[in-house]
Amino acid sequence: MARLRLSLVCGLWALAATTASPALAQSSTAASVQAAKPAGPDEVRRVREELDRLRQEFDSLRRVYDDRLQQLEQRLSQIGGGPLVVTPPAVPVAPPATPQAVEPAPPQTQAPVASSKVFNPDMSVNGNFIGAAGRNPFATLSPMQMSEVEAAFQAVVDPYARADFFLAVGREGAEVEEGYITFTSLPGNLLLKVGKMRAQFGKMNTLHTHTLPSVDRSLVTENLVGGDEGFSDAGFSVSHLVRNPFMFVELTGEAYAGTSELFQSDQRSKLAYVGRVRGYRDLTESSNIDLGVSLATGPTRVEVGPGLLAGSISTPTLSAVGLNRRLVGFDATFRYRPLRRAIYQRLNLRTELIWSRQEMPDAPYERAFGMYASGEYQFARRWYIGARADRSGRALDAAAIDKGGAVFLTFWPTEFSQIRGQFRRINFAEGARANEFLMQFNFSIGAHGAHVF
Amino acid sequence: MTSRYVRFLAAPALAAVLAAVAGGATAAGSVAPLKVVTTTEDLASLAREVGGDRVTVVGLAKGYQDPHQVDPKPSFILEVSRADLLIAVGRELEIGWLPALVTSSRNAKVQAGGTGFLDASRNVKILEIPTGQITRAMGDVHPEGNPHYWLDPGNGRQIAKAIRDKLIALAPNDRAVFEQRYAQFDTRLAAAEKKWDAALAPYKGAKLVTYHRSWPNFMERWGLNVIGYVEPKPGIPAPPSHIIQLIDEMQRQGVKLIVVEPYFSLKTPQSIASRIGGTVLVLAPSVGGVKEAGDYIQLFDYNVAQLTAALKQATGR
Repeated sequence: MARLRLSLVCGLWALAATTASPALAQSSTAASVQAAKPAGPDEVRRVREELDRLRQEFDSLRRVYDDRLQQLEQRLSQIGGGPLVVTPPAVPVAPPATPQAVEPAPPQTQAPVASSKVFNPDMSVNGNFIGAAGRNPFATLSPMQMSEVEAAFQAVVDPYARADFFLAVGREGAEVEEGYITFTSLPGNLLLKVGKMRAQFGKMNTLHTHTLPSVDRSLVTENLVGGDEGFSDAGFSVSHLVRNPFMFVELTGEAYAGTSELFQSDQRSKLAYVGRVRGYRDLTESSNIDLGVSLATGPTRVEVGPGLLAGSISTPTLSAVGLNRRLVGFDATFRYRPLRRAIYQRLNLRTELIWSRQEMPDAPYERAFGMYASGEYQFARRWYIGARADRSGRALDAAAIDKGGAVFLTFWPTEFSQIRGQFRRINFAEGARANEFLMQFNFSIGAHGAHVF
Repeated sequence: MTSRYVRFLAAPALAAVLAAVAGGATAAGSVAPLKVVTTTEDLASLAREVGGDRVTVVGLAKGYQDPHQVDPKPSFILEVSRADLLIAVGRELEIGWLPALVTSSRNAKVQAGGTGFLDASRNVKILEIPTGQITRAMGDVHPEGNPHYWLDPGNGRQIAKAIRDKLIALAPNDRAVFEQRYAQFDTRLAAAEKKWDAALAPYKGAKLVTYHRSWPNFMERWGLNVIGYVEPKPGIPAPPSHIIQLIDEMQRQGVKLIVVEPYFSLKTPQSIASRIGGTVLVLAPSVGGVKEAGDYIQLFDYNVAQLTAALKQATGR
């Protein structure tokens, strides 16, 4: 494994190293107008054609000078550091009818630089307010809370990479939720990310809280994939796009330090690894299917009660380190969105199945299984309704099965805010039951983010 | 156990090597047409006009789809990954979906600053560039101006010219082909413009209402006067109070025509039309928006014919 890690790091270095006056086409000739004798119909037509040609040449010349003037103004703006000046042609451009008409200089395809401010990253801030009512014997939500404030900073670093930072402030303080560089210009259809990021394990783990279709995450995420924080860690991710004419296939390999909610390493030589294969295909122009298989493995620190640790009866809880945990996940998503009515109607159906195998201090593995199935339907321009069914064992106690379900209704005033109500029921393995009503206000300011897909 | 994980993680690397070998073999073969990917069907049509058989063109968003609301589908990533040239409308029209596609494409040519990227908006006439403080209270406003600029044939000419120059830069051996095809398109467009000008000349100054702010370049080009919008602000559905105000204004000014894009519901426009005895007219904002608008010139052929007929009925001229 150490040799593998060394070769991966060497490979990363190798990948990074590889990235590292217009002239007149034809001069005008003066039209000779014969005024001495009366002109015949042919002569009148010829003179008219000549006048048309001259008019077109004049228009073309004017366009040349308009373009030159525009370029000069833009250069002046650049030199002076003034505001961005967009100077469209002063008049609608008359079309040249003859191929030999004068061509203006090639268009400037880049916007003039207004000032050094243009290099600032795209910035946005998202607020996630949650209210909770009802009964939950294991309640973790207070009646009202600013669950999370997330600030995003995103920009191109240089011709070879871009960077994305997501800083989150929540109930447990401030943290870098994600912060990574993406090398976009590697050979071999590779994409390399380095930094702290959410692991490409399944679907729900990759989503930020404010992009979830419901207020909360599924029970299987809570029980087996690190809970709210999910599987987010420092490391690197290499993914390869398999070009083929049939479907989108992406292979991803990742290595993480083992400092997440899911994996905890006590040695530098023990890392957590993720592999994922994702396949996607358009079924029709309005529907598609998205399938994925994920695997994660790494060391964990297990805190168990005395009954589970041989010969440790006198100690209430004990920690055991370096125990392996392996997760295997399968996810499937079906989407339907009729293009002609894309802003009014959409259906997403999704399921994730996750198998967990946890090495235990007293020999046998604890094998747990969890899953969820959810559906979300947009029935009007600003309204969505959805439901989710949950069932999950617990990583350290597979026999303890939690079951639950939720229904939710979302109102989207605009792309930048949403108001959601959710009813959630959980039947805990201990026999207790939770019936809760959750209310969410989710809002963003700043740059327009990417649509969630 | 370890060897199993090694095999699992080695699979992407092996696939990468195979793909690189396959790509190299293709590159060593005959010179293939340039692969052009455009964000909209309008740009695709213009690229086909200029590129002819020296290019293969794929348009991502359909003409009957709201270009603001496009999903960044993985199938689009595949298309962009293979592109020699990516042409975008720009002015933040595709801001919700194109950056994600470009980043995931692994295609160095089409990244920001790459040789294979063309922002078609950089030498055209842009209207409605907001001034002063810009906030989301103005709706889904585009800070760099209205991005529906292709609906002026003069701008279409400028876009075609920019495409010609970019294609020449990417395939200089085909310069003569691109120049000739551009000139032919220019001539056909000029002739068509005379026809469209003549058809709409009687209605210069005519007033109408549109659903979204998709038509400023089109309306300015032919001197038509948009007095209001069904949307109170870009991307914001109309509340009843706005509809009432709009109906009052249309009645006051004698406006009878409401132009709607094919991807908006007709319910509200038809409700307004029924109150004022007016007409709802669905025009194609993009190539492919209706089946008759099969290319850039046909787009205007269709819209001008439909609009002329509707204005004749509405104005009696």
